[in-house]
Amino acid sequence: MTALSEARTSTSRRTERREARAQRIREPRTDRIFLFCVYLLLAVFLAIVLLPLLYIVASSFSSPEAVSAGRVSFWPVDFSLRGYEAVFANPQIVQGYLNSLFYTVVGTIVSVVLTVAIAYPLSRRTLVGRNVVMTLILFTMLFTGGLIPTYLVVQQVGLLDTRWALIVPQAIGVWQVIIARTYFRTAIPDELVEASQLDGCGDLRFLWSVVIPLAKPMIAVVALMYAIMQWNSYFDALIYLKSPDLFPLQLVLRNILILNTYSGGAIDASVVLQRQQLADLLKYSLIVVASVPVLLIYPFVARYFTKGIMVGAVKG
Amino acid sequence: MVVPLVWFAVFKYVPMSNAVLAFKNYNVIKGIWGSDWVGWQNFELFFRNPVFWTLVKNTFVLSVYTVAASFPLAIVLALALNEIRNGLFKRSVQLVTYAPYFISTVVVVSMTILLLSPRLGIVNEGLGFFGVPAIDFLGDPDYFRHIYVWSDVWQTTGYSAVIYLAALAGIDPALHEAARVDGASRLRRILHVDLPGIMPTAVIILVLAVGNIMAIGFEKAFLLQNPLNLSQSEIIATYVYKTGLLNADFSMATAVGLFNSVINLALLLIVNVIAKRITGNGLWS
Repeated sequence: MTALSEARTSTSRRTERREARAQRIREPRTDRIFLFCVYLLLAVFLAIVLLPLLYIVASSFSSPEAVSAGRVSFWPVDFSLRGYEAVFANPQIVQGYLNSLFYTVVGTIVSVVLTVAIAYPLSRRTLVGRNVVMTLILFTMLFTGGLIPTYLVVQQVGLLDTRWALIVPQAIGVWQVIIARTYFRTAIPDELVEASQLDGCGDLRFLWSVVIPLAKPMIAVVALMYAIMQWNSYFDALIYLKSPDLFPLQLVLRNILILNTYSGGAIDASVVLQRQQLADLLKYSLIVVASVPVLLIYPFVARYFTKGIMVGAVKG
Repeated sequence: MVVPLVWFAVFKYVPMSNAVLAFKNYNVIKGIWGSDWVGWQNFELFFRNPVFWTLVKNTFVLSVYTVAASFPLAIVLALALNEIRNGLFKRSVQLVTYAPYFISTVVVVSMTILLLSPRLGIVNEGLGFFGVPAIDFLGDPDYFRHIYVWSDVWQTTGYSAVIYLAALAGIDPALHEAARVDGASRLRRILHVDLPGIMPTAVIILVLAVGNIMAIGFEKAFLLQNPLNLSQSEIIATYVYKTGLLNADFSMATAVGLFNSVINLALLLIVNVIAKRITGNGLWS
């Protein structure tokens, strides 16, 4: 919901209410009860989403003993940063973090460049065979070769167990192409192209110095979509990578959090217990550390995401 | 322009042609095109495999259950949000319910496992408070579907609601005013103004959801799987992964995947036709 339409609905509601008072249309009493129920329902929604998150965050700031004893609920007990120390002392995790940053940055750049390169020509009405190409692209949304045939292609191209395996095979998203194409079509009028051609400006130069500056907001949205996808994906890494030092953070997370492979030799019983407690605590801290980057960015981009969905829904 | 086209050819269309493997007996030395044709043998083997019905049933049930749970809830959330005035409360509800969508599958699954863990999980703590003994939720196949679906609802409801909210914002305020003048209560206005207003959007979303029933995500099911709950958690996608990449039976895995893709495409087309008949909106209308 854009700020503008939000403002519009709220003002229209306000005038509605003023008019209602003027015309003496009284709100039926049932409405007040109903409204109360609505608030209650929303509060329940809010609690259900928020409480698990709170529990994780609270645990991550507690002491290992408190976590293992199950004494933490929604507020840290025996505040400590031990969990975070353990996270940043673990070489696997740090390596994974750096790898994920690399995949996210490089992958996003590659994806955006390719998406613009295909979407812009497709938005021009002068391109021959435009609709055929678009249909071929859309068809890949409905039907894919499948996991194994795709895997074999990656193998033949020689990308297995390289960093590029996480960047190239998933480089272009059909959805993002649709968004970009629709945007170019609405934001770049044909007259502009004609004018620039009269001035002797080539296609590439036009794209670089006119189209891209005009499309900055859209490019930002598409880039964010790609970036979040890259940051959160683990499946490609699972099937294409073998070397642990290439693993992105999400795969490291899976190994530690879900498969419970927390490396560390045990010596005696008390050490084992301490290790166990620290391993429990580490999980909570790890979840927080892995999700923070995205959750910090998200409030600022949520609006654009929604716009992107809307644009994509109106097929040009 | 040329590079992306080549990319589409290589990474989308070559795999489609590679799908001929389904009709061959893959031999590494002979390569994909050199391997011997075996016709429908892989498919016959798969259909006769006792695991076949379990896979189809698990995939189908899990998916339908997900749609049935999340589709109405997103609409309810959007309608409720639409009823209240803009303020801090409304904004925070929106922000918080939208947030989980941005959390990765791995993290959501880890959280689920932690919350439900019999040793540490807060859910079992709560049950223990009422004297209920600890339950090993993930080790019991009967809980798997509920865990899968409700963690999905937790993650996506806020995001889906946003789409409906945008549709609600597009409803002509004059309709609401007219209804008020006629003395319609809030509930009646929701039923007769809001719901018809978001119908087109809802139909498209439902069509897409139903059309993707067989394509249910590998990622989450695979992460929530463990040897104890396999009887309910093994779905077509995870089976393809295990057959193909863990057991290196490429032909069989390709056949199973192709079977799934075709069924899915057919479903999408059928549902789309039905939706068009009933409401006049479909995809490509």
